Amino acid sequence: MAQTAERENAVIRGLRRSPAVHLAEDFTRGSVSGVQGVTLREVPFLTMIGVRAAHGSAVWDRLGAVVGGLPERYGQVTGYTAAGGAGDSAGGAPGTAQGVSVLWLGPEEFLVIAPDAPDALDGGTFDGGAADGGAADGGAGGVSLLSGLLAALAGDPGQVVDLSSNRTTFELAGPSARAVLEKSCALDLHPREFTVGTAVNTQIGLIPAVLWRVDDDAFRIFPRASFADFLGRWLLDGMREFAAVEVH
Amino acid sequence: MLLFSCPNCGPRDETEFHYGGQAHVPYPKDADALTDKEWSEFLFYRDNTRGDFAERWVHSTGCRQWFNMLRDTVSYDIKAVYPMGDSRPDQPPADAAQTQQKGQQS
Repeated sequence: MAQTAERENAVIRGLRRSPAVHLAEDFTRGSVSGVQGVTLREVPFLTMIGVRAAHGSAVWDRLGAVVGGLPERYGQVTGYTAAGGAGDSAGGAPGTAQGVSVLWLGPEEFLVIAPDAPDALDGGTFDGGAADGGAADGGAGGVSLLSGLLAALAGDPGQVVDLSSNRTTFELAGPSARAVLEKSCALDLHPREFTVGTAVNTQIGLIPAVLWRVDDDAFRIFPRASFADFLGRWLLDGMREFAAVEVH
Repeated sequence: MLLFSCPNCGPRDETEFHYGGQAHVPYPKDADALTDKEWSEFLFYRDNTRGDFAERWVHSTGCRQWFNMLRDTVSYDIKAVYPMGDSRPDQPPADAAQTQQKGQQS
């Protein structure tokens, strides 16, 4: 039976279609290299789990043990890497290919982001790594990230929901990435204010999206799946001017 | 464009927020005993103040939390931002009705 489930899982994974897959070629064509370059790509199918817990509760501590700590303040990103070392926003460890990151969306609302692993959501061992210190039920012991979190919740007040299909991920990178974003996001994105490892919920263009600075000139943007087409085209439009030769 | 100071996220554009109407409208102590007229007045009748007005807002594309704001309806000057359940900062401390409302909101 487990084998059947595994086979079905593999079939379903093969059938998945990311929300901006039809724009992939446009993204490649629209990307600009050079000193004022900026590239755009979709990072499809990242595992996303919505978590809610009251600050200071036992649930908060248990959920935190699974994912490497829940963020306590606006903009903070916590998490851990595959190596097992606890990372924080300053270390930049979460957000790496194998890392699990927890984004602050509200005082008691968080978004766990993990790689697209076949077993992140159901069954098997989630090979994204174990939480620092090792959680009792999650991470290491042959349990998926989702079921590890659900076990940590243990029916107490709070929430753990698979939201992987809710949003897609865009990666906007390059020396001009900030300039492109500043056209349509009212936040102060200067690195002095919006440091590497900051993630916030805000408005980009006309739509709400989560914005995360993963590097000095690299941003991850998480729009709702139905807005992916709009935001993709919107950002491409913002990138066009950087393809032109600069006029002095 | 107004800049609102969200208690959680700091200054953000007004377009990130949604309006929740007048603040400090106490739920009737005994709703069942109200006449239809009184009930409709509780539901739909709101002040139309010229000057300082206490209202509820939610940061819908940010932290999704509600808060109260004291705003001048003439100049749009934002006088105060304060948590749900607190009494109006420009008025004397909560009376009995407001204390009851606080219990229901928190």
